[in-house]
Amino acid sequence: MAGLTYVLEHRAVQYRRTFRSSVFTSFLSPLLFLTAMGIGLGGYVDRSGGAALGGLTYLQFLAPGLLAATVMQSAAFEATFPIIGGLNWQRTFHAMYATPLSPRDIALGNLVWTALRLAMISSVFTLVVIAFGAAHSPLVVVGIPIAVLTGMSFAAPISAFSATQRTPNRFNVIFRFGITPLFLFSGTFFPIESLPSFIQPIAWLSPLWHGVDLTRGLVLGTFSQNPGLMLAHIVVLIAITIVGTWATVVTVERRLIRG
Amino acid sequence: MTDRPPMSDSALIRARGLTKRFGAFTAVDAVDFEVAKGESFGFLGPNGAGKTSTMRMIGCVSPISGGTLTVLDQDPTTQGPSIRSRIGVVPQQDSLDTELTVRENLVLYGRYFGLSRAECGRRADELLEFAQLTERQNDEVEPLSGGMKRRLTIARALINEPDLLLLDEPTTGLDPQARHLLWDRLYRLKQRGVTLVLTTHYMDEAEQLCDRLVVMDKAKIVAEGSPRQLIDRYSTKEVTELRFPAGVQESLDGQLDGLADRIERLADRVLLYADDGEAVAVAAHERGLQPETVLVRRSTLEDVFLRLTGRSLIE
Repeated sequence: MAGLTYVLEHRAVQYRRTFRSSVFTSFLSPLLFLTAMGIGLGGYVDRSGGAALGGLTYLQFLAPGLLAATVMQSAAFEATFPIIGGLNWQRTFHAMYATPLSPRDIALGNLVWTALRLAMISSVFTLVVIAFGAAHSPLVVVGIPIAVLTGMSFAAPISAFSATQRTPNRFNVIFRFGITPLFLFSGTFFPIESLPSFIQPIAWLSPLWHGVDLTRGLVLGTFSQNPGLMLAHIVVLIAITIVGTWATVVTVERRLIRG
Repeated sequence: MTDRPPMSDSALIRARGLTKRFGAFTAVDAVDFEVAKGESFGFLGPNGAGKTSTMRMIGCVSPISGGTLTVLDQDPTTQGPSIRSRIGVVPQQDSLDTELTVRENLVLYGRYFGLSRAECGRRADELLEFAQLTERQNDEVEPLSGGMKRRLTIARALINEPDLLLLDEPTTGLDPQARHLLWDRLYRLKQRGVTLVLTTHYMDEAEQLCDRLVVMDKAKIVAEGSPRQLIDRYSTKEVTELRFPAGVQESLDGQLDGLADRIERLADRVLLYADDGEAVAVAAHERGLQPETVLVRRSTLEDVFLRLTGRSLIE
C-alpha cells in the first residue's frame, strides 16, 4: 500500500509541470461543447418540442451525458500513452521495479492516479455545467463519482491492453473505432431510442451507454423510474473495472519481468 | 568450470547451477559464481552471452529457471522486495524520467525506498556532488548528454546506500571522454568499499574496474580469474600484429609456421602470440615477409576471449 502512494507521488510531480494547461483544457472543453451543442444546437431542438427528452431542455439532457463521454476520452488517453511510455519509452516503470516497489504497486498506482485525474476533470466539468445554469438539481454532484466510475471502466481494460504493446500503432484503432463511435452513439447527444432498433443492442454493449444513462438518471432524478436498470448499470461498470484492473496487474507484471 | 570454489561466508552473491530459460531458449546455462563483499566483479562477454539475464536474476526482477541463487543471504524468489531495497541498479537502457529535473529524479527514486523527503533531499545533494551534476540539478533530464544521464543513473542507484551496486554495460554508447569520467567515479566507489558487479563487452573496462571476472560465452562461464591471471593463463605476454596488403594474407600458406607459440588469423590481420613480440617481428622480417604494419603490444582480455571462443568480443 505504501508503494502505491510513491507511484502516485511520482505521477503528481509529473503532473505539476502541466497543471496549468491541463486545468485550462478541462474548462475549455465543456465550455466549447456546451456552447456549441447545448446552446447552439439545443436552441433548434428545444423549439421543435422536447417530448423525446422527457420535458428537459436539450442542454439539461446533454450535460450529464457529455460529462461521462468527456471523462471516457480522458480515461482512454491516460490508459494508453503514460502506460506505454513507462514500459517502453522512458522505462520509468522498470526503474520503479528495481526498487522494493512491486508490479502491483506500479499497476494500481497508475490506475488510482487516473481515477484522481478523472475526478478533477469531472469536477471542473460540473462547475461549468452549473455556470451554464444546466444543472437540473443539486444532484448534479453525484454525476462526478459516476463519471469517474465510467471512465475507469475504460481506463482499466485499456491499460491492460497498453501494457502488452511495444508501439502505439494500435492505439489509433482504439480511438478511431472504439472511443469515437462510442462517444457519438452511446446516448450522449440523443437518446439511443432514436437509433434504428437493430443498432440499439450495440449501444447496450457500450460501457459508456451504461455510464451516460446512469449519470443522467441520477443527475436528473429520473432513476426512480427504473431502479433495476440503474443498479444493473452500476454492476456492469464495477465489474468491467475490476476485471480490467486485475488484467492490468497481470499484463504489467508480465511485461516488467520480461524486461 | 570444473573446480568449484568453496562457499565463503562473506559472499554477497552465491550462484550454483544458475539457469535462465525463455521457452526453449537457454539464456543462462547452469553457471556457478560467487561475489565477495567489497569486491569488483565483472561479467565479460559479447552481446547475447547471457550477462543481462544473469544481472536481472541477481536484481530480483526476473525469476530463476533452475539452480540456486542467494543475494545478501536472501532468496530472490521469496524475498525480492527486501533484497531490492538493499541493492542499486544501473540498467543497460536509461530509465530516467526525462520530463523531470535531475534533482526530482533523485528525490522521487529515494521515496520508492521509503526514505523521508528530508532524507532524500540530503542524499540528493551529496550524490549530485558526486556525479558532478550540482549545477544542472534544476534542469530537465532530456537535454543532458549521454554521459551525464549515465552519471545521474549511477547517482540514483546509490540513493538507498546499497550494499551492492549492479551495473549493466555502464559505458556502452558513450564517447571516450565520458567513459573515463564514469570509470573515475566507479573507481571512487570501489575505493570506498562498495561492492560492484558489472557486465561489459569492453575488455579495457573489465581491466580497469574488475578485481575478478568471469568470461561468458553462449550462456556459459568459460573462464574465471583476475584480469592478470586470465591473461597469464590463456595468452602469452606479448602479441605481434601483422597487417598485410589486401590479398596477401590469404596467400601466406605456411610461411608463418613456427614464428610464435600460437597464431590467430583474423579477417584483417594476423596475431602472433609469444612472450617476446619484438623477436617475432624480427624473425618475420628475416623470413622476407613484408607486412604493411607491425604492432607489438601486451596481451589483453580480448586475446583471452579470442583464445577461449575463437571469436572477437565486439563483432
